[in-house]
Amino acid sequence: MKRMDVTRRIRTALMTIVAFGIAAAILSPLVQMALLSVKSREQVSQAHSPVLPSDPRTFEYKGESHDVYRVPIDGEIRELALVEKGRTESGFIDPDNPGAGLITWEGSWRNLEPSWEIAPKWSNYTDVWGLIDFPQLLTNTIALAVISTIGTVLSCTLVAYGFARFRFPGRGALFTLLIATIFLPATVTLIPTYTVYAHIGWVGTWLPLLLPTFFANAYNVFLIRQYIMTIPREVDEAASLDGAGPLRILVSVIVPQAWPVITAVTLFNFVYTWNDFLVPLIYLSGSPELQPLQVGLAAFSGLHATNPAYVQAATMMTIAIPVLLFAFFQRTFVRGIMSTGMDK
Amino acid sequence: MTAIRIRRRPPLTGMARREARHGFLFILPWIIGFVVFTLTPMVATFVFTFLNISLEDQGPVRFVGLDNYARLLGDEQAWESLWVTTRYALMWLPVVVVLPFLLALVVNSSRVRGTGLLRVMLFMPYVVPFVAGGLIWQNMLVEDGWVNSALQWIGISDPPSWWNDATWVTPGLVMVGLWGLGAGIIINLAGLQAMPNDLYDAARLDGAGWWRQLVNVTVPMMSPVIFYTLILAVVEVLQYFLIPLVLFNGTGDPDGATRFFNLYLYQTFFTYQEMSYGSTLAWLLFVITLIVTLVLFRASRRWVYYRSER
Repeated sequence: MKRMDVTRRIRTALMTIVAFGIAAAILSPLVQMALLSVKSREQVSQAHSPVLPSDPRTFEYKGESHDVYRVPIDGEIRELALVEKGRTESGFIDPDNPGAGLITWEGSWRNLEPSWEIAPKWSNYTDVWGLIDFPQLLTNTIALAVISTIGTVLSCTLVAYGFARFRFPGRGALFTLLIATIFLPATVTLIPTYTVYAHIGWVGTWLPLLLPTFFANAYNVFLIRQYIMTIPREVDEAASLDGAGPLRILVSVIVPQAWPVITAVTLFNFVYTWNDFLVPLIYLSGSPELQPLQVGLAAFSGLHATNPAYVQAATMMTIAIPVLLFAFFQRTFVRGIMSTGMDK
Repeated sequence: MTAIRIRRRPPLTGMARREARHGFLFILPWIIGFVVFTLTPMVATFVFTFLNISLEDQGPVRFVGLDNYARLLGDEQAWESLWVTTRYALMWLPVVVVLPFLLALVVNSSRVRGTGLLRVMLFMPYVVPFVAGGLIWQNMLVEDGWVNSALQWIGISDPPSWWNDATWVTPGLVMVGLWGLGAGIIINLAGLQAMPNDLYDAARLDGAGWWRQLVNVTVPMMSPVIFYTLILAVVEVLQYFLIPLVLFNGTGDPDGATRFFNLYLYQTFFTYQEMSYGSTLAWLLFVITLIVTLVLFRASRRWVYYRSER
């Protein structure tokens, strides 16, 4: 009996370690990004440089700056400043004890490894802030996300209410049609839509991005409808007997009860718009001043491919808000997604 | 179809007619949106395939018959890019279907502690914008990146050069896609948690071990969820091209291995403004998607188990 208990505990411990190991591996790119984003260009370009953001260490000696190297002396590695460069032997000073005088070391100093000290280069962020015109991109992204979220939540709530609470001929067929649009490849509608927008001069404006959000989308209608179906009908019937019309019932009875799903849809749509790329790319590629963050980021990564630290700093700046939103509302996110899977 | 139904039914009473009118009014935004942003453009895409709309051809719009389709048949680049997409799909689909299921099993296991935190950790990358995610993974997979360091650490002395090697770039892109699995994990988890316990009790009474329970109870009961993730993944993977577009600037590097079908389509209509030929490519993609999903739906009758049928 006791023996089983022990094996069970060991199994639990092992499984837990493996599970967290997988999760850590999946998240490790975030760590690499964060570290890389504060590295100097010099460090990135050097092979075998430390994992942590660092600068080559230097030491000020008699008014001059000298590089510090890792010097093997008598079987131990000492960190010494190179003051006299020589081909076969060089003179070093111990930064911890400069008074001790010159230490001579035989061998070529070019084969020595430099010594690094941790130095996060926070200025990458301030550099990128200006280079990518972050304030502009951020304003655009927030404006687009807020407007399209308003459109989505309003229209999807209306449509979901219509599907959930009213009997009308063809309702089943229309709802199936709505769900079928989830499986429709976006490309099949893209070209004529683009051509029409180009014709009426809307390419290079936000209208093609925002307008469709006021006409509901399958995914969010489905979510809200499923939730409304769980609200007992007696509540709206009571309101109806009091003389409330359907719109009134929606606003004063359904919406307050469906608040959890409305919050979830708001969050989903906000993050979705924040992350959207293809549609803003197509309509705004000629108007950098109107672009959202992800489009700006893609362009920036092309321009600064030679400085990966800048690209990662920019990346970090664009993901901060969705990640923070998720951190604060993770329950809402997870529950929202869970409810989409339940009924399929 | 709707009209026929109305005729067959007895005429609606006054109350019912009012309810129907209200219902239509509420779903009207979607109906307008569907007609304007989905149905009409779909039909237009089809019509475009028989015309000559393009930037080069500035003359009047003409009916060109099957010219665009003839061009498609002889267009090697189109078929090659279709193969690139297929190759990626064959590698990606098992990952996107199986891995979320397995990870959900782990998170749902009574043997694992800290599942709340685990769930958050596994889902979190899902909210990272995929452009940003692509750029982050791009760095993980450079020659001296962390992935290769890890491979060297476990004894693989000569890890691949992911972004410069036509063979390795596809698995590299699959790895980039890992951050998109969060929703799949949660949907699988919801399915697992909704599973009735008595089935397991019965299986255990019959002497079924862990593996038998998984194969004979969990997998059949989860088949609708697995099927749902598969169908969504198929529709998505056939349109895949944005990550390679960002990472390789649309060049198709290395060696054309990332010239996906949708990238070719995008460049045809957007870069070269060949609307008619682009529409022909889009229509081909749509037909392929339709055929694949229909085949999968057909085949699903054999293996997807719906509780309500019993």
